[in-house]
Amino acid sequence: MATPPMLRVLERELRVYQRLWRALAFTTFAQPALYLAAMGLGLGGLVNAHSGHVNGVDYLDFVAPGLLVASAMQLACTESLWPVLAGVKWIRHYYGIVATPIRPSDVYGGWVTFVGLRAMSGSVAFLAIAALLGAVSSPWGLLAIPAAGLCAAAFCALLSAFAISQDTDLSFPMIMRLGVLPLFLFSGTFFPISQLPSFLRGLAVLSPLWHGVELAREATTGQITAGAALAHVLVLVGYIALGAVLGTRTFTRRLAA
Amino acid sequence: MAGSLVEARALTKRFGSFVAVDAIDFTIEPGEAFGFLGPNGAGKTSTMRMIGCVSPRSGGELRVLGLDPVHDGPAIRSRLGVVPQEDNLDTELTVWDNMIIYGRYFDLPRALVRERAAELLEFVQLGDRRGSKVDPLSGGMKRRLTIARALINQPELLLLDEPTTGLDPQARHLLWDRLYQLKRQGTTLVLTTHYMDEAEQLCDRLVIMDESRIVAEGSPRQLLADHVTREVVEVRLDLAADPKLTYERLTKIGDRIEALADRVLVYTDDGDATAKAIANDGVGDAALLIRRSSLEDVFLILTGRTLED
Repeated sequence: MATPPMLRVLERELRVYQRLWRALAFTTFAQPALYLAAMGLGLGGLVNAHSGHVNGVDYLDFVAPGLLVASAMQLACTESLWPVLAGVKWIRHYYGIVATPIRPSDVYGGWVTFVGLRAMSGSVAFLAIAALLGAVSSPWGLLAIPAAGLCAAAFCALLSAFAISQDTDLSFPMIMRLGVLPLFLFSGTFFPISQLPSFLRGLAVLSPLWHGVELAREATTGQITAGAALAHVLVLVGYIALGAVLGTRTFTRRLAA
Repeated sequence: MAGSLVEARALTKRFGSFVAVDAIDFTIEPGEAFGFLGPNGAGKTSTMRMIGCVSPRSGGELRVLGLDPVHDGPAIRSRLGVVPQEDNLDTELTVWDNMIIYGRYFDLPRALVRERAAELLEFVQLGDRRGSKVDPLSGGMKRRLTIARALINQPELLLLDEPTTGLDPQARHLLWDRLYQLKRQGTTLVLTTHYMDEAEQLCDRLVIMDESRIVAEGSPRQLLADHVTREVVEVRLDLAADPKLTYERLTKIGDRIEALADRVLVYTDDGDATAKAIANDGVGDAALLIRRSSLEDVFLILTGRTLED
């Protein structure tokens, strides 16, 4: 039986990653430990001393799933910009791939899949450390991993579709600072969006990150309900579908014109 | 024609208002080495990309391996090998993994890919560089690796876009030798080049392209017979003399002349006799060069320009 073309692209990405993961292993574990220590224990201690809890849970329990998914998003955003432009501009191996039976849309799909999977593998480490610190109070917490994967895939789907159309990386730092950073800070990651002024609350609800964070938080705190979870998943899948439509168009235009 | 590997009728490629390929006709038969000769910007690469099914045509008809690229792109590409003008090897992988992963793009079984990768790396004399990264390889090695990679699916048609551009003479000859071997094994080669010696060495048949059109077609020998005399005498201009006068005097001696910036080419069937006549006339610099006509001369006569322009 034929291997779907997208998975053949994924095989290439995994082969490259196989050579890199040892170098990345330290950051994979160190970053969550640092984040959780600073925000969860340090800041959390202060929060707990004043109000006792956020939305009925310890601040550490509140912020841990937020950080988990937000880290996945950050990884997805950097991975969707520079490496995609490299594929068409600096390394140019995308042109080699589309000379085979693989189509530009498969190159796109393979990359989004890889970034989603990579975000999930990072989330495993994150969740393990959070659990050690007592921030995971339900076995449903395991769902935080696919939640992070879906959220990462949604960002990758949208940003890769954009990145492939660029000729330089000049706009990328701007996207990280003016697009990704605000989302990172204001998508219910560090505090509930009920703290935001009402007009910003409406915007925060549009953020794929908010849906990912909420899904993961409901899972790790054990407050998950089927209806809410399904709604978050549908929104994230919707963003991925939107990205797929745009990405198929932009990848085809760039690689097969 | 039945059984042709590539058949193009009025094939056209436009980018906005720019016409890169202007209604060209050609046919490529199994087993031949077919060339597109022309200067940079003549439309060779655009034509190759259309044959390679990575660039949709803007007009005309195109059949590759009997199929239409519009509908059967992936099916056609699975039977092609492509060596692009600019290297696009995967620099994040080793030499060996470049072969393996490329074979996997064609969905070939892993064991088969390993077997062919080992054979092909030997064929292009890179067997001892398996574990190497791509970046440290020389230009010639990279090009040979690209050719090995393009052969991993045993293509029926190998497309080579400017295969030796940028290589030193030794690397070029090694590459020509490998391509010649492929040709002997029956692989159909399609190549573009702006080197007339490359076209003469490798091509059974070629078309000369200029400004998006085909201006001549035939075997190298036939093109020479049709468009130029057997020999050329190159006369260096005498800087002190009026060039117009020099042209007039030389026109009387040779069958036809072509004026270049620093010299005049006098076309003739008897180089020695013409050289003698020029020397007797005393026109031009004392230094004369008699040589056989080449495809470069064919191009010059058809377009009024040299290939390197």
